[in-house]
Amino acid sequence: MTVGSDIPAKTADSDFANDNRQAATIGDAARDYLNRLRGGDMGSLPAILGLVVLFGVFTTLHDRFLTTYNMANLVIQASSIIVLAMGIVFVLLLGEIDLSAGVAGGASATIIALVMIDYDWPWWAATIAGIAAGAVIGFVIGSLVSFLGIPSFVVTLAFFLALQAVPLKLIGSGGSLRFDDSVLRGLSIKNIPVTAGWIAAGLIVVGFAALSLWRYRSRSARGLVHQPLALVVIQIVVLAAIVLGLTALLSANRAPNPNLFEISGIPRVLPVVIALLLFWTFVLTRTRFGRHLYAVGGNAEAARRAGINVTRIKISAFMICTGMAAISGLLSASYTGKVSPGSGGGNVLLYAVAAAVIGGTSLFGGRGRAMDAVIGGLVIATIPNGLGLLNQAAYINFVVTGGVLLLAASVDAISRRRRSAAGV
Amino acid sequence: MTQPLLELRGVNKSFGVVHVLHDVDFAVYPGQVTALVGDNGAGKSTLVKIIAGIYGRDTGDYLFDGEQVNVHGPRDVADLGVEVVYQDLALCDNLDIVENMFLGRELRSGIVLDDNAMEEKARETLASLSVRTVKSVRQSVASLSGGQRQTVAIAKAVLWNSKVVLLDEPTAALGVAQTRQVLDLVRRLADRGLGVVLISHNMTDVLEVADRITALYLGRVAADVFKEDVNQTQIVELITTGRSGELGIAENPATATV
Ligand SMILES: Nc1ncnc2c1ncn2[C@@H]1O[C@H](COP(=O)(O)OP(=O)(O)OP(=O)(O)O)[C@@H](O)[C@H]1O
Ligand SMILES: [Mg+2]
Repeated sequence: MTVGSDIPAKTADSDFANDNRQAATIGDAARDYLNRLRGGDMGSLPAILGLVVLFGVFTTLHDRFLTTYNMANLVIQASSIIVLAMGIVFVLLLGEIDLSAGVAGGASATIIALVMIDYDWPWWAATIAGIAAGAVIGFVIGSLVSFLGIPSFVVTLAFFLALQAVPLKLIGSGGSLRFDDSVLRGLSIKNIPVTAGWIAAGLIVVGFAALSLWRYRSRSARGLVHQPLALVVIQIVVLAAIVLGLTALLSANRAPNPNLFEISGIPRVLPVVIALLLFWTFVLTRTRFGRHLYAVGGNAEAARRAGINVTRIKISAFMICTGMAAISGLLSASYTGKVSPGSGGGNVLLYAVAAAVIGGTSLFGGRGRAMDAVIGGLVIATIPNGLGLLNQAAYINFVVTGGVLLLAASVDAISRRRRSAAGV
Repeated sequence: MTQPLLELRGVNKSFGVVHVLHDVDFAVYPGQVTALVGDNGAGKSTLVKIIAGIYGRDTGDYLFDGEQVNVHGPRDVADLGVEVVYQDLALCDNLDIVENMFLGRELRSGIVLDDNAMEEKARETLASLSVRTVKSVRQSVASLSGGQRQTVAIAKAVLWNSKVVLLDEPTAALGVAQTRQVLDLVRRLADRGLGVVLISHNMTDVLEVADRITALYLGRVAADVFKEDVNQTQIVELITTGRSGELGIAENPATATV
């Protein structure tokens, strides 16, 4: 089908009133942003502020919080929550929920460990098997939700209960499986060489800068809506500062006793998280599938009328969620070095949901980014990390995390109200 | 008489035990605005959704350009060149104007969305329709007024070079000025040679823009007439009682169900 080829764009009426194509100056852009904030479109801002506050508090309360050693730990601890939250973002985008993702990750990790121990599978084959197992679980959940119309809350609650049987049956109560494959375990306990880390960081910064500038040029040349150049430059500078700063931090020798031995370099898990972030951001923002995900989350009926296969989108979202849960289960097994029957149970899932929501993904569907999981996951991981250093009783951790989640959900609900009032 | 662009013959539709449409014949002609009128619950929206491929029909034929066609869903209908602007507006609030106009038919280069091309085409279309009230094509649809949303939905039809456009009560929630804009737009679509169907409860609007009038009464076609051949009183009678003088369905229920 051709698009609008016979439409004469008469010059007489070719501009509709004040068709804004660019926030002309950095000041306009700032004002636009403030208006969006006031209208309830907060994005990740609350999470970033929260992170700054948490860092401030813990740094003042404990002198070892802001050490490179602890920061590297934080990155490793946050990674499994971040990856799970990234999967959760996909179902939240549709206004659904997956309560079983945590235990699905535990079950997948059990399968990965088992095929490596009992059948000597190489790490990569075991990993693929684990992710496939996760995706199959997601397929079943998604099918039940879309074909039978059972609310996802109920379906996944049932799966949350039933899936805990898998590791318990395979491992046996009280037992555990070792998780000591050098590649998979190495994700948490090994680092990439310092030079390689710098090269990767440089590539990311240069790549981001090139992409942003190219986008700016092509859009401004074609007269399309675009940001002012100054804002583009600021974004590049901020990203470069974060990426290069983090690399510098993790490249320093962070061994508690630096004279005896050396620990330096980016933990191997970080590139995995970044690769997933880049991949899913691309899928969500630049592909037709991603666009359809947002559409279904925003208005499923409108999507259906536009010819989008809503069932397919729903099932895919649940498959992505549990597939990511499998990777998350793998990372947490890699961190602890073992898989036990309780893996992925308890609060794991709720922390991940909290991470996504804190990061700015809406519980009501239609709004969210892969990046939200990263920012929210850091907030969630910082709390137990800092409280642990302070030797606080475990119950404080629960109370604080619960409080943060409640706060995030309130921000979400309030900004949604303001959005519908302001119509942003 | 010219051949209808789109035609339904003998369509019946039931929801469970509720028989909503009875042997409905309906035709849309190129370059004409056909007004579809009827009381609340007469079956207008149901008929539109059948044409749109959202509901299947129990019996009856669906013809396009004089040919029998099989439609199984909204995509088939869109591929024929039929575009529908729904009473309950089918737009995604979380997406912007461009994204909504291309929803389900996004342009791509390779596997990547071609946002630049989509934005250019959307702007071109809105400009060609002299849309003057939209601030930016990258505005989220949630921030638009009712009339602006209608405009976006109608522009979508133009964008895709549709041959037939159906509008289900496009002016129901609009103020005077916005109603004016939408009616102008409706007339302009027909003047471009499209077949336009307008559903409305407002007889002034109907008499102003329509060329033909099809009246539904309790799921039956009471009359299919040229605007010149009826006056406002007759239309209102057709809507409320299904009859007006020589026009309308016979009072005998036995013949009425044929
Ligand atoms: N999905 C459905 N299931 C069952 N009954 C339905 C459904 N949709 C419509 N109906 C019934 O079909 C009849 C016609 O409804 P329809 O929405 O087509 O009326 P309408 O002419 O568009 O009315 P209005 O002017 O109020 O929009 C009504 O009696 C309605 O209750
Ligand atoms: Mg209706």
